[in-house]
Amino acid sequence: MKPTPLIQAKNLWKRYGDNVVLERMNVQVNAGEFITMVGTSGCGKSTFLKMLLGMEPPSSGELLLEGKPIPAEPDQSRGIVFQQYSVFPHLTVLQNVILAREFERSRFLGKLFGAARRRVEDEAKRLIETVGLTPAVHRYPHELSGGMKQRLAIAQALIRQPRILLLDEPFGALDPGIRADMHQLVLKLWEEHQLTVFMVTHDLSEGFYLGTRLWVFDKLRRDQQAPTAYGANITYDLPITRQKIIAPQETSAIVEHYLRDSQDKATTEQELLLS
Amino acid sequence: MKRLINLTPSKPARVLLGILPFALILLVYLFASDARQAENASDKLLPAFSQMGDAIQSLAFEPSKRTGDYLFWQDTMSSLQRLALGMGIAALIGFSLGILTGAIPTIHAPLAPLLTVISLIPPMAILPVLFIVFGLGEISKVALIVIGVAPFIARDIQRSTQEIPLEQLVKAQTLGSSSWQILLRVLIPQMLPRLISSVRLSLCTAWLFLIAAEAIASTDGLGYRIFLVRRYMSMDVILPYVAWITFLAFLLDWLLDRLSKRCFPWHHQEASK
Repeated sequence: MKPTPLIQAKNLWKRYGDNVVLERMNVQVNAGEFITMVGTSGCGKSTFLKMLLGMEPPSSGELLLEGKPIPAEPDQSRGIVFQQYSVFPHLTVLQNVILAREFERSRFLGKLFGAARRRVEDEAKRLIETVGLTPAVHRYPHELSGGMKQRLAIAQALIRQPRILLLDEPFGALDPGIRADMHQLVLKLWEEHQLTVFMVTHDLSEGFYLGTRLWVFDKLRRDQQAPTAYGANITYDLPITRQKIIAPQETSAIVEHYLRDSQDKATTEQELLLS
Repeated sequence: MKRLINLTPSKPARVLLGILPFALILLVYLFASDARQAENASDKLLPAFSQMGDAIQSLAFEPSKRTGDYLFWQDTMSSLQRLALGMGIAALIGFSLGILTGAIPTIHAPLAPLLTVISLIPPMAILPVLFIVFGLGEISKVALIVIGVAPFIARDIQRSTQEIPLEQLVKAQTLGSSSWQILLRVLIPQMLPRLISSVRLSLCTAWLFLIAAEAIASTDGLGYRIFLVRRYMSMDVILPYVAWITFLAFLLDWLLDRLSKRCFPWHHQEASK
């Protein structure tokens, strides 16, 4: 018998009233995969991420986590890093990271003291070391650069060892050089913590570089009179080998060609995606 | 010549320009007062500074002949006590209500419309009700401040709570927190500096309610005194009292600002970005 896939979508639909966002999604993801999701804006990739997070319920069909319906609200099994507002502005780096442990071990006060606190601080400091924030350990988020904030957000998300890490355009606002550093960090943590990662990105090369599997979200059917009548689906599900650089040139050309073809009007958004 | 909107005075020029209107007002007063005093030495409308000094001297540093109290300080103490008590209770009620209605939809649904309506009642209009219910003692004066200020603070905090990015709440949940823990560790700490600015904003109205209540029914207090001596047209008492009230208001505002900057540095640097 095959092991149950970690995430499984069975004929999954998502509608907001008449607006169909996702339709007939059938997909399986095994533990340890690194999924990158690209597509034009409004194509449902962020909606799918929200459904994985438990913020949005499926309209019909099933979204399963290890064979059971995914919990209807966010919890510690799925960590998240947003593009912004991911860290708590009133806590220092260290306080931000130990917060999850405090939630776990102090049900009533949500705050640890004395020896218990020192234990989680030691654990947090190791994690902060891994993401390279040790010099900033007592600083507040507003004193950090964008890249440092995202490093903090990642460390914070990982301390309770979620099996799934969701990344919602985490590096979209960062400079290219810093983004390259962040890529190394994410790949390192993905291996060390044996994570399953879902990442929404606007940057196709980033998607190819990081993922073991690249999903392109788009609409298969279109009605010019009613653009919201049909939803998007995963139109391309590309496995990417770790010994990369063999496929990307070629596949990326296919995907770019496809995206260019399928769009009636080139939005600036898409230009961004293709550049 | 640059456009007017691009002309910024240098720092010393700004300080000088800031002092200028105060100096002008003082000067105008001095001349006007002098002119009236020259015409009629017992003029009460624009007393000289020496007369004001004498009046305050006798109120502040000589025991009252009738009660043996130092009236100026006693007035100050009673007023500040009422103000502090009223603002304290208002802040406590407003903060709890604001956070709860802002964070928890099932509390928001029944309470938010009620809160909106209550905040629209002009507090002065129900002062008679307070006098009837609580009597003419301290409670009704404190209650007026509470009723006047708490709904404002509650709505202000409610709005700020709702403005906390959803991302933060989701993030906290993915870190395994309960609703209670989110309140305790995420919302309340972030709303405390908002509470201070809310209190600073509403202090002005609190003074208004305090002085009004004291004017109507009291036996001491800054508001009581100025309304009492109005009968004798004692501008030499009223004007220094007004200046003193203004100074106290300024001092309270400044202290709260310092407190906020000291306790919540992250809030102020965040805001200035």
